[in-house]
Amino acid sequence: MIKGKSLIEVNDFSLEEIDDLLSFAGKIIDSEKNYSGLCKGNLIATLFYEPSTRTKFSFESAILRLGGQVIGFADAMTSSVSKGESLIDTIQTISCYADLIIMRHPKEGAPKLASKNSSVPIINGGDGGHQHPTQTLTDLLTIRQLKGPISNFTIGLCGDLKFGRTTHSLTKILLKYPDINFVFISPEELRIPEYIKEGISNNRYQETFSLESCIDTLDILYMTRIQKERFFSEEEYLRLKDSYILDMNIMKMAKNDMIVMHPLPRVNEIATEVDQDDRAVYFKQAKYGMYVRMALISKILGKGGN
Amino acid sequence: MINVSKLKKGIVIDHIKSGNGYKIFSQLGLDKLEDTVVLLKNIPSNKMGVKDLIKIENDIYLDLTVLGLIDSGVTINIIENGQKKEKIKLELPKKVYGILKCKNPRCISTIEDVGDIEFTLVNPSTKEYQCEYCHEKTKL
Repeated sequence: MIKGKSLIEVNDFSLEEIDDLLSFAGKIIDSEKNYSGLCKGNLIATLFYEPSTRTKFSFESAILRLGGQVIGFADAMTSSVSKGESLIDTIQTISCYADLIIMRHPKEGAPKLASKNSSVPIINGGDGGHQHPTQTLTDLLTIRQLKGPISNFTIGLCGDLKFGRTTHSLTKILLKYPDINFVFISPEELRIPEYIKEGISNNRYQETFSLESCIDTLDILYMTRIQKERFFSEEEYLRLKDSYILDMNIMKMAKNDMIVMHPLPRVNEIATEVDQDDRAVYFKQAKYGMYVRMALISKILGKGGN
Repeated sequence: MINVSKLKKGIVIDHIKSGNGYKIFSQLGLDKLEDTVVLLKNIPSNKMGVKDLIKIENDIYLDLTVLGLIDSGVTINIIENGQKKEKIKLELPKKVYGILKCKNPRCISTIEDVGDIEFTLVNPSTKEYQCEYCHEKTKL
């Protein structure tokens, strides 16, 4: 049961709890109006210690669509943090006011520390380059809504697979589902780390540099941005940043029912012409992100049934 | 070779990696004991080339966690009536508190007073422990 639990990393929830959550999100998508007052009377704090327009808006729209109310800050400098208050003290104070705290913090492990010092549940909205569990839940809901049960497909993960936390946590959770094959598409310098591959049997994955060579085998293509902030040298970033540009010429080689996902924001890796293709689902994915957060918030507050 | 008389009752800490003997001696506070304690350094060993060894002529409480963290390869022999009564092979503790610090500059523990951090053993062969907050691995 998710009620009263914190979500710091996806592994905090069992597969059964995740499936239950995704089913509930599916019900909200089918009849959103039925759930519009579900969290009426609940006050939820969003503590964003670093800017994140997308995640903050997604959480806050989820809360408002459930009829809940929001307090919080979008910049640590406008809070008592600027006076030197510790994270532990802030959390102990805010947990006196709110029923649930959603936080993003630049330091890794900050939400875990918060959950040890809070009297209310904590949802991790991203801690540096470490964990971003609601992005993974978003990805799972997108797959489930658009491709049916999470099993028996081939997913290609493309771009920065070395530093991209999104692809790491998605791969790790998908390994718990049956009959999923992986194609890791990246430049040599940005290959998926060994410790992620260790969990996958050899016949279930392949690695390649070339997107064109494998796109016809994919049921899902998960594109990622090559992140400038991960590079020590500007020169290396410039050399690798446009390693992959998905355009309609490449899309022509893909299956008719393949879907293209992306955690957003995108830079150059998907040409805007692809947005018009029905297989491009990344904006739909952002919408599913709001729905999965609605389901998560309700369930943690004990409002979504068992 | 120096001859040290056979122990009748006490503890022998054997197979200490050469150089670790004094660390163990200090960490266990053996210098404060009033019993006879012998620290032998660089003894020839078939298995290890050279090794250190400690003999304590009494039963004392040994903090096996501290020993395991300094040198998990040691063996501890409990001696009674001149005979080996028990042999303890050390293993690295699965979890340690307050001993290791996280070296990851991106970890919350570097800017907040988090108290003792729990580190979990993730790889006994490389003696790697994982920080409970950022999951970064640290070697002993």
